[in-house]
Amino acid sequence: MSFEPKILGIACNWCTYTGADLAGTTRLQYPQNIRVVRVMCSSRINPSFIFRAFQLGADGVLVGGCHPGDCHYNTGNLYARRRLAVTKKILEFAGLEPGRFRVEWISASEGNKFAQVVTEFTGQIKALGPQTKFKIS
Amino acid sequence: MSRIGVFVCHCGLNIAKTVRVSELAQFASTLPDVVVAKDYKFMCSTPGQEMIANDIREHRLDRVIVTACSPLMHEQTFRKVLAASGLNQYLLTIVNIREQVSWVTHDLDEGTAKAKALLNGAVSRSRLLMPLTSRVIDVNPDVMVLGGGIAGIQAALELANTGRKVYLVEKNSTIGGHMAQFDKTFPTLDCSACILTPKMDSVLQHKNIQLMTSCEVSEVKGFVGNFDITIRQKARYVDHNKCNACLACTEKCPGKSVSEWDEGLVKRKAIYIPFPQAVPQKPVIDREACTFFKKGKCRLCEKVCEQKAIDFGEQDTFSTVKVGAVIVATGYDLMDTRDLIQYGYGKYPGVYNALEVERLFNSAGPTSGKVTLRDGSEPKAIAILHCIGSRDKNSHEHCSRVCCMYSLKFAHLFKEKTSADVYQFYIDIRAAGKGYEEFYNRIIEEDVKFIRGKVARVAKSVDEPDRLIVEAEDTITGKFIKLPVDMVVLSPAMIPRSNAKDVARLFNLSTDKQGFFMERHPKLAPLSTMSEGVFIAGVCQSPKDIPDTVAQANGAAAEALTIVVKDKLELEATTVMVNPASCCACQNCVRVCPYGAPFFNEPKGVSEINEALCKGCGLCASVCPSSAIIARHFTNEQVLAEMEGLMEF
Repeated sequence: MSFEPKILGIACNWCTYTGADLAGTTRLQYPQNIRVVRVMCSSRINPSFIFRAFQLGADGVLVGGCHPGDCHYNTGNLYARRRLAVTKKILEFAGLEPGRFRVEWISASEGNKFAQVVTEFTGQIKALGPQTKFKIS
Repeated sequence: MSRIGVFVCHCGLNIAKTVRVSELAQFASTLPDVVVAKDYKFMCSTPGQEMIANDIREHRLDRVIVTACSPLMHEQTFRKVLAASGLNQYLLTIVNIREQVSWVTHDLDEGTAKAKALLNGAVSRSRLLMPLTSRVIDVNPDVMVLGGGIAGIQAALELANTGRKVYLVEKNSTIGGHMAQFDKTFPTLDCSACILTPKMDSVLQHKNIQLMTSCEVSEVKGFVGNFDITIRQKARYVDHNKCNACLACTEKCPGKSVSEWDEGLVKRKAIYIPFPQAVPQKPVIDREACTFFKKGKCRLCEKVCEQKAIDFGEQDTFSTVKVGAVIVATGYDLMDTRDLIQYGYGKYPGVYNALEVERLFNSAGPTSGKVTLRDGSEPKAIAILHCIGSRDKNSHEHCSRVCCMYSLKFAHLFKEKTSADVYQFYIDIRAAGKGYEEFYNRIIEEDVKFIRGKVARVAKSVDEPDRLIVEAEDTITGKFIKLPVDMVVLSPAMIPRSNAKDVARLFNLSTDKQGFFMERHPKLAPLSTMSEGVFIAGVCQSPKDIPDTVAQANGAAAEALTIVVKDKLELEATTVMVNPASCCACQNCVRVCPYGAPFFNEPKGVSEINEALCKGCGLCASVCPSSAIIARHFTNEQVLAEMEGLMEF
């Protein structure tokens, strides 16, 4: 059987989650490996969420927020951007393959982009194979 | 120990087609703490809601999970069920298996597997939910309407007549929109100006409307009930408070540019009012065309202005308006038909687009209502080409809805004003509207020739160099036609405004495939958007005619009113709180909050939250090094529990 990765998505309520809904409303098709957790703002994402996801066996983590400058809470995603950039560095320093953690800015009107990013990311994770570095069995 | 009830919705076949719903309910019943799990065809219907309410009582449920559509769709519906059954509404969890599962896969196994994982995550999180109390805020009673076309004008007037203060924001220097450019309106052949200009004047005179022309929205902050909208007043270089509209400046001005109002058929001055009936009747300077701005000298307008209203030093200014609701009515553009080179627009002078022809018919237009070609001669044969860029897979798939009718109107006016032969090249005639079919029959009687076939090409005539040849296949006779004409009229696709994407981003609106703003629900909430408190009206939502636009504008006004008519609005209880025992007094929270909600209580040595200011983003919770800040409804434990549940399957 081919490798079916588990991908965790964390999406802000206002942009990326709504964008993901729009992908559904317009019946776009994308791989079903992603499971999305909704938070109010990408700035709510504590780096520990990302670390924990990899410990739990996520093969990839995709974070989605509003475009920088368009945050529903004015500046939340600007903090998120910096914090998640550091998170990515730490993960890679600790040995995670660079392609497994991705941050994308997807607005409420970008259902297409959501489907496209998820499709592309899923393909990338499939190519990388199972994530074993952090997984606690 | 919790007592969780899981309710799986089929949504007819919307979900049931790609998720095995009964298997999902069966799976739910095996999960810890789930005491009842059921599936039902339409959970949001009355029997569905009653089923949940009964089970809450019968099984003494203390948590409810509804596995259905997006929480953005029906979370409120099901929260009310909980509240009515004596359960705190925040003990509800929605699992989105429609928009994010069944609609994005065709595979029954994949869909079911993903739905199980999501449901498992929800059950883990559900146990940790806490009852919360909603906050109540004051609602700003005013409304902003964006766009001063017929939709915006109508909505603004309706709201203003209820006594609300309305800010009508228009990017151009006059209101009126496209409707102001038309000569006659179908099917009644009412004069467009006669029905529109009185309304424009009412806007200007209305004591409750603040008209803001040459203005654009630059920033939107806040939420339903309390939006803070920053508006950029573009420099007009004319002080409209001083100007008495004598228009001496426009006479003297040597600068010229193409007239947008006349669709580029003639020139206008650099200091100008777009058209004689413009509202407000005050000129503005077009910086790009102004001799002074280009060459550093001229100032003729300044010299003739007795009111000393000209101010070349004027800058853009910014102001903030506070409103409770917003109506977006930004209208449309016609597609640029130069992109469809086979029709020769922009290459052959005899090819016009529909708005140019509207101007030719108009008595206030460049030819004073006479139908003449660019060389001044009267056309002897005219071809009107339907569906240019519309209903076309290579261009825009959608039907622009009004072109059939205005093309028929054009035919009538051509017949009235010229002795030309008029040909309609159509795919289908769509005349669905009150009095439309009757109008179509009337035009058939007027000796207009209908050729069913899409034009393949417009070319220059070889035999008569001044004429054009329209090439098409008549799909009724099967014959290939080459028709010599003098004038070709294109009915181009109506498309979203070029800046619609920016507007969508400012107001957090979704757009459809074509880029038109998306309604909250295509059938039942056609004027609301996913952005609470923001409504849409007119062609910015999809192509439509004037009666439909006006009806939508009235509807949007009523919808906006339902928000601003209330003094108070219930807000989500998802604010943050500080556990003083863990607070390390670093004050990170105080520094990062965009709203100034956290503050440092010096005597106690801990941070506290002003809940009235908190919007619940949770930013402070994630910068708190000691995890002393708890984001209600999205606590670390709740989010992590959901993740754990998701990753188990």
